Amino acid sequence: MKLSTKTRATTLSVALASTLALAACGASNETAETASGGGDTSSGSELSGTLVGAGSSAQQAAMQGWTAGYSSVQPGVTVNYDPVGSGGGREQFLAGGTDFAGSDAYLDEEELTQAEERCGTAGAFELVNYIAPIAVVYNLEGVDELNLPPAVIAGIFNQQITNWNDPAIAEANPDATLPDLPITPVNRSDESGTTENFTEYLAAAGGDAWPHEPSGDWPVAGGEAAQGTSGVVSAVAAGNGTIGYADLSQAGDLGVANVGVGEEFVAPSAEAAAAVVENSEQVDDADRPEYSYAIDLARDTTESGNYPIVLVSYHIGCVEYEDQETVDLVKDFLTYVASEEGQQAAADAAGSAPISEGLREQNMAAIDAITVAG
Amino acid sequence: MSVQTPTPAPTTGASAVSRPQQQHDRSLPRWVPLAVFAAGVAVAALLSALTGFNVVLFVVYAVVLGTVAVYVVSRVTEGRRRATDRLVTSVVTAAFGIAMVPLVALVWEVVGRGIERFDGEFFNSSLQGIIGEGGGAYHALMGTVIITALTTLLSVPIGLLAAIYLVEYARGRLKRAITFFVDVMTGIPSIVAGLFAYALFVLIFGPGIRLGIMGAIALSVLMIPVVVRSAEEVLKLVPNELREASYALGVPKWRTITKVVIPTAIAGIGTGVTLAIARVIGETAPLLITVGITNATNFDPFDGRMATLPVYAYYQLTQPGVPPEFAIDRAWTAALLLIILVMGLNVVARLISRFFAPKTGR
Amino acid sequence: MTATRTPSDQSTTKPPRRPGDRIFAGSAKGAGILILVILAGVAVFLMAEALPALTAPAEEIPGDEGLLSYIAPLLFGTLLSAVIALLVATPLAVAIALFITHYAPRRMAQGLGYVVDLLAAIPSIVYGFWGIFWLAPKLVPFYRWLEENLGFIPLFAGPTSSTGRTMLTVGLVLAIMILPIISAISREVFRQVPTLHKEAALALGATRWEMIKMAVIPYGKSGIIGGAMLGLGRALGETMAVAIILSVSGGITFNLISSANPATIAANIALDFPESTGIDVNTLIASGLALFVITLAVNMLARWIVNRRADFSGAN
Repeated sequence: MKLSTKTRATTLSVALASTLALAACGASNETAETASGGGDTSSGSELSGTLVGAGSSAQQAAMQGWTAGYSSVQPGVTVNYDPVGSGGGREQFLAGGTDFAGSDAYLDEEELTQAEERCGTAGAFELVNYIAPIAVVYNLEGVDELNLPPAVIAGIFNQQITNWNDPAIAEANPDATLPDLPITPVNRSDESGTTENFTEYLAAAGGDAWPHEPSGDWPVAGGEAAQGTSGVVSAVAAGNGTIGYADLSQAGDLGVANVGVGEEFVAPSAEAAAAVVENSEQVDDADRPEYSYAIDLARDTTESGNYPIVLVSYHIGCVEYEDQETVDLVKDFLTYVASEEGQQAAADAAGSAPISEGLREQNMAAIDAITVAG
Repeated sequence: MSVQTPTPAPTTGASAVSRPQQQHDRSLPRWVPLAVFAAGVAVAALLSALTGFNVVLFVVYAVVLGTVAVYVVSRVTEGRRRATDRLVTSVVTAAFGIAMVPLVALVWEVVGRGIERFDGEFFNSSLQGIIGEGGGAYHALMGTVIITALTTLLSVPIGLLAAIYLVEYARGRLKRAITFFVDVMTGIPSIVAGLFAYALFVLIFGPGIRLGIMGAIALSVLMIPVVVRSAEEVLKLVPNELREASYALGVPKWRTITKVVIPTAIAGIGTGVTLAIARVIGETAPLLITVGITNATNFDPFDGRMATLPVYAYYQLTQPGVPPEFAIDRAWTAALLLIILVMGLNVVARLISRFFAPKTGR
Repeated sequence: MTATRTPSDQSTTKPPRRPGDRIFAGSAKGAGILILVILAGVAVFLMAEALPALTAPAEEIPGDEGLLSYIAPLLFGTLLSAVIALLVATPLAVAIALFITHYAPRRMAQGLGYVVDLLAAIPSIVYGFWGIFWLAPKLVPFYRWLEENLGFIPLFAGPTSSTGRTMLTVGLVLAIMILPIISAISREVFRQVPTLHKEAALALGATRWEMIKMAVIPYGKSGIIGGAMLGLGRALGETMAVAIILSVSGGITFNLISSANPATIAANIALDFPESTGIDVNTLIASGLALFVITLAVNMLARWIVNRRADFSGAN
């Protein structure tokens, strides 16, 4: 037996190390950003620091647009956003782990009490900065235009209406030639804000046709289920006679149904989605802090030109922070987010609907009120 | 050719079986079954060409028709027993062929789709500020390297020491218990390992916690038993004469182990560790629930989320953003990169055992 | 401590005893015990985090009907997919093991073994990608055929999923994933079959298959069973491939080719965990605990069978 142990061991460790060794040169896109400082600074002052947020994953794509756009305005600021989900975002914010939260739902009573502990007596602000229309998408050969009243949508997704030639569908679409084809409803298999908002709509507008409670988990058994928005879209595209729900921006070439509102049928659009948010009532509760602009969406609206299946997402933060730096960062970032430019960045990145002028004015009032505690 | 060597290797017995019977009058020449099977496959190809090509149906037709053809021909010319033997040969060979279909199809598909974005940008940029086209997996690759390195740092000392204990020191019930539970531990589902790491950290840091180190701990639960098993096998192979010679020179036991036993077994240990790394580097589920995902590069496993290649691939596929094509392309490239990493580690492992093994005639 | 005792235990020679020895032996023993502690820790921490879900009132658990009715369909899905995988993979794996040990040319055998092992090396998420984009659509015509011709069997009642993302597809992908495990262990025991047994059978004029039937299979039987159990353990816990491929909706059904399928425990955790908070997390961890207990039992049984065989062959 021949042993040259030391040399062998060294060569071996070198070999092992080199398998893991990779040129550590930094991500080109990240270094480029910090280097290209200067730019046009609309807010006048150069800020630097890190802003930490967490929450809704529905906002994630928009947040990517915002952070990308914001980095050209304030190259010294890093905004980290953790898409942990709305509940997690609120939890982490209230525990003091993050500077702001993104959430698809507003704070409930218990959370408002926690918010007073977190933020002081001024409490928290809640701003709608993200509006996304959810489209009912379908794939049905020969049918380019489809009108669906709320009860019919509920019936289809509750699997009570099972064929495309059902009289209830035919009644709403007198001009279409509906084939004798079974309907395959497609839903999300993972828990999601999209499902939560869609079931909320069905529960509010579907009447008796939708006996289930709103929930982030799809409540009906037996449909085709797919993972993520893109999964739903590709499942709908793959079959014939399929119908599903997805962010409008992802609908692609699929047919998009017009949803019955009152007497007319409304196609999803940015304007129609912003309109329903504008017309929704603020949560009527004297206990809510001054700058809490929580709204109860008018899912069962009959107003002309309103599209009721939308997902709104809030930004939640403190009206009073401990230190000036955080105040400046939160203020500046949210000003950008609410601005026309910021809303356009989100629209480009996530296909969301820009907030209306009225909503912007309201939000700006809250943002201007953010100060240092004490 | 017909003469057997006096000491056949253990398994050559099988291939020698058919030869004495080759002299049988009615036995078929060697090429006939192959040709008959090929004819069956040809018919299957024709059939599936007529009904519209589908790989799965084609494979089913080909195997069934080819096997039946061989059986019938052999049954007619050679009789029942030989026909059954041929039938089994066909079935067994076909089984191996069937197992190769997914391997080839998978590699083909991943390479075909992944090559699209296998470019410089993929390797040197992250997803920070990327919308739509472009972007890469630099941050995910770094995350995978950091977390895997941490896992290796945690697992190898523990695994190696435990293997040394089992081979050199342990006896009785504790040894049996550790051996048994190490085996059982290799079967822990990866998602359970992830839940364990989460449950551990949640008690300390509160809910919603995501850290790189949590992922490393979860992966260590999966990697330690693999390291123990492979190191144990190798240490057992170190001849006792070496140990005894060392003791005879007055070398203490621990010096004997570190200076004689381990260097002798280092090639095998290296192979085992490399294969263990290959086993954990592609794990997705535990990282999904402990490390999460982020768009920016994070080098610090003790602070916040990190991106890792498998989780990156998963989220790029399931939450691609607008428009989806670009993210899905990135997902496939990440999958391709994962396969390359795993296959590369496997090759490295084989090379280690080939080039660093002690040169000894057994 | 006990470390002082260990050197005297060594039956070969008694080496000199030094402080270094005590430290080294102690840390080696510590590492061994640490492994037992980790395994116990997995159980303890899962239980600690599952406890809130175990004690919570039924209406707080997702689905509003309590923990048991939450886990039941998941458990059913887990078992169903694993059993399909096992039924498909075991015969195939044994055949492959026979091919490599007894049919393939000796020179190629080792290489072919590596190739089969490569199936085990591919990350499960890649199987998911491949399953949903390649395999599932290709299986749809086959499922249509099953529905038309064997639709009277409840398993194939349909209606056929238009995407092919069904329980049967998942079972097949899982089968491919556990194939190398079963095949590796079968190969190992087939190699250990005493040459004398085989040569005796051949000397009596047996064909190759008769020799395998008489000498190899009986000898390797418990090894095959143990290997299959290990494969079962792996299939039960497989996560990402199932999470990506399966169309999850609905409860317990034996219908294997429709789009309504129960989820598996592991896939359900992967799908819901990233965005869950509060009691939902505890519920998921409780389901993970159930999975842990099941796989632990299956693995212990498997190891017991395999080890019993090993003792037996050692005595030979």
